Amino acid sequence: MSAEVLPYTVKPHPVTGLYNGKFGIWLFLASEVMLFGALFSTYVFLRMGAPETGPTAWPTGEETHLNWMLGGLNTLILILSSVTMVLAWVQFKMDNFAKGRIYLIITAILAIAFVAIKFKFEYAHKFHMDIYPKTSVFFAIYYTMTGLHAIHIIGGVVVICYFIGPGAKLWEENREYYTNRIECTGLYWHFVDLVWIFLFPILYLL
Amino acid sequence: MSLKAFHIIFIFFSTLTAVGFGFWAIRHYSDSGEVAALIAGIASFIGGAVLIIYGKWFLNKLKGVSYL
Repeated sequence: MSAEVLPYTVKPHPVTGLYNGKFGIWLFLASEVMLFGALFSTYVFLRMGAPETGPTAWPTGEETHLNWMLGGLNTLILILSSVTMVLAWVQFKMDNFAKGRIYLIITAILAIAFVAIKFKFEYAHKFHMDIYPKTSVFFAIYYTMTGLHAIHIIGGVVVICYFIGPGAKLWEENREYYTNRIECTGLYWHFVDLVWIFLFPILYLL
Repeated sequence: MSLKAFHIIFIFFSTLTAVGFGFWAIRHYSDSGEVAALIAGIASFIGGAVLIIYGKWFLNKLKGVSYL
């Protein structure tokens, strides 16, 4: 679909001051803030309400069986992926498609590495130890939050791969439109990474 | 808010996380004696410094790009 059919895909809308894609992604991210905000609040209330001792007490660091090294590695991976995502956008803005595409590919690889570590090492290790969401309140919220986050990462990978592959045709038709779509993808990607920046310390360190 | 502005916010929180994780790792090392924690702590402080330098570089590179 060309930019003529959809208005304000490149130029800012006179009312919002933003092109429509950016306005749309921020509306979507606002709903995401509410979703993850509710889950973070749930975590805080569950933790504050847990007894000090006894079978339902909140588990200590060792009892959670969470590997801080893997969590830290995944944090590093996501920070790097945000940097490569924004560098891709910068390259597209500078009219350098080849370099921008390479940065997008690196972003996708980093995201896949994150998901692989999460599923192959972290979840698999816990399943092997018979630790499931039903095991305790902590693991119920742990699997909910990290699982939902992992789904968001997978969704982001799908979008990034689309713009590396079939979606790249738009570059030939309308470069600015394509660059704006990459910016919207980057905004989503930064939000998902920011969620992990908050998830990592509360689940693995505190 | 543009990706430029959001990226600066992200780098700010990443730097805080790197420094916070550095302190946590050093404390974990003093409690457990785990050498990996000491290495991770030092690496994290270095990472925090690198992020600050990167943030400044990024701001300079995108001087002409709007925050909106």
